[in-house]
Amino acid sequence: MTEFENLIVASIARSTSEVFSTMLDAHVDFDAAAIESRSPEANDGVVSFIGLAGAWAGSGSLACSPAMARRICSQMLMTESLAVDDEVLDAVAELTNMIIGGVKTDLEPSLGPLGLSIPTVVYGRNFRAKGAGITEWIVASFRWEEERLLVKVCLAPAVAAHAHPHAASHPLALEV
Amino acid sequence: MESEILVVDDSAAIRKILQRVLRQTGMSIGAIYEAGDGQEALETLKKRKIDLVLSDINMPKMDGLQLLASVRASPEWRNIPVVMITTEGGETRVAEAVKLGASGYVRKPFTADQIKEKLTGFLEAVLP
Repeated sequence: MTEFENLIVASIARSTSEVFSTMLDAHVDFDAAAIESRSPEANDGVVSFIGLAGAWAGSGSLACSPAMARRICSQMLMTESLAVDDEVLDAVAELTNMIIGGVKTDLEPSLGPLGLSIPTVVYGRNFRAKGAGITEWIVASFRWEEERLLVKVCLAPAVAAHAHPHAASHPLALEV
Repeated sequence: MESEILVVDDSAAIRKILQRVLRQTGMSIGAIYEAGDGQEALETLKKRKIDLVLSDINMPKMDGLQLLASVRASPEWRNIPVVMITTEGGETRVAEAVKLGASGYVRKPFTADQIKEKLTGFLEAVLP
C-alpha cells in the first residue's frame, strides 16, 4: 500500500472505532486492510454507500450481515430490532454518514474541502454494486465479537470540471 | 417554564437518539418537535414557539445552512439559538455556519455530555 492508502486505512480505523465507541458503547477490533481491484463479489446482507466530491471524488461504503445491522440499530437506539426494517436501514445509513464523515474530515487538510452525499442503503441477496469509473477500493475489515464489518473507501482526483465539494453524488450501478 | 426544542435531521435514528440524549441531560425541557429537513422545520417554526433549534447540515430538500439563513432572516425567529449537529467537521462548513449566524456546533458522533455542555447556556438564557 502507498503512504496515501495507509493514511486512509488509519483514518477508517480511527473513525470506525470512535463512532462505535461513542454511539454504540461498543468496541470493534480492526482486522485487516487490503486493496480490492477485481470485480466486486456478489453481496448478501446490508450495504450502504455515500458519495464524496471535491478536488478528489469517490465513495465510502459499509457492508455487514443482517444480524449485525439489527444489532447496530438495537444498540444505537436502545431498542430491540427483530427484522431489517426501515429503522435498521436508517441506523446503518447514519453510521455510514458518521464513519465516512470522520474520514472526510481527516483527509480534508490533504485533499481540500470534500462534500458528502445523502447515504443510500441496500438490503438483499445476491446483488453486486459497482461505482462508475471506480477501479480500486481500500477495504478495512473489523470484528465486533463474532460479526464482521467491512468499511470501504475509493478516492481519486476528480476531473476539474466536475469538482464541486458540496454536490457529492455516487453513480453506482446495482446488479441483482 | 420548560423549553421547547426543534430537532432537525433527515435521519429518524438521529432524531430518536437526540430525543433520548436531551431527556437525559436533566435540563428543563418540555416538548421536543422533530423535522426531517429544513422545509419541515420552517413549517414547525410557524406553528410552535420554539426556544432552541438543533439542526443537521447535510439534508435533502432544504439543508441546515439554508434553514439557518431563513431563521436569521426572519424578524420573528432571528434570535432563536440554532446549534448545528453534523458530521461536517471541516473548517469550511463550520465557517459557513458561523458566518450565517450559528449559535454553536456539535460534531457527530456525540455524547450526552457534549450535547448538554453545548446547550446548557442557551437553555438557561431562555428559561425565566
